Amino acid sequence: MDILLLIRDFASIALMAVGVIFVLAGAIGVVRLPDFYTRMHAAGVTDTLGAEMIVLALMLQAGFTLLSAKLLLVGFILFLTSPTATHAVANAAHRAGLNPLLSRHQPPHPRDAESGEKP
Amino acid sequence: MIYGVSLSLVLALLWWVLSGYDKITLLAFGAVSVVIAMVLVLRMRILDRETVPFMRLHTLIPYYIWLGSEIAKANMAVVKASLKPEIDITPRLVRVPVKADSDLARCVFANSITLTPGTVTVEIEEDAFLVHALDASFTAPEGFAEMNLYSARATDGDAK
Repeated sequence: MDILLLIRDFASIALMAVGVIFVLAGAIGVVRLPDFYTRMHAAGVTDTLGAEMIVLALMLQAGFTLLSAKLLLVGFILFLTSPTATHAVANAAHRAGLNPLLSRHQPPHPRDAESGEKP
Repeated sequence: MIYGVSLSLVLALLWWVLSGYDKITLLAFGAVSVVIAMVLVLRMRILDRETVPFMRLHTLIPYYIWLGSEIAKANMAVVKASLKPEIDITPRLVRVPVKADSDLARCVFANSITLTPGTVTVEIEEDAFLVHALDASFTAPEGFAEMNLYSARATDGDAK
């Protein structure tokens, strides 16, 4: 019995760690990518895999209870509302006339940028 | 009729899951609130297969599980592209043709594109979507056609 609980805890911790890594990667992407539309894609990583994995980890912690059912609802509502919100933001930007950057984006490495050398 | 019954059942289940009460008085209050919600829905005349898509759950659930695996794959690609020490991306705005019989199928397909990281539906047109992609590698037409086929099958499928 104890060993099962231990396995459940480990699975839950692993899922949460991976979820946090995805949230962090999304945040770093938002900072590093060049324009509004590309940053939106990085934010998408946070609210799909990142959020869902954390909800899944919390469900494992809650076990087979009513709390788990509520967490399942939270995950489901995130799954349905996040694309709607993302589309609303993207469509608003498009209608307001914000042109996306469509050329190849390849900034110089910080090491080269410091020496003032342009590739 | 079947839509009304299934919506009442789902509303009652939702009320019970969110409250967790088991006293008969409180459950009666829940039943009353379900009845009020149903009266409002009937007065608004919005009871159809779009507001109550529970009849399609047997095809929608396998579809969303398949979509989940696609999302996981696309997530890895986006994370790789945005965490590389030297960013090298070519953003693209592409027009994706849509084959769908109903508004529900179009809606599910557009949301699936947006839910997959790396691609976002920017504008809905008559028979196409304008899709912004993080990199040229996300714009393979076969991928979109496959997703269109599966989403149309999951929403309209054996209706005909």
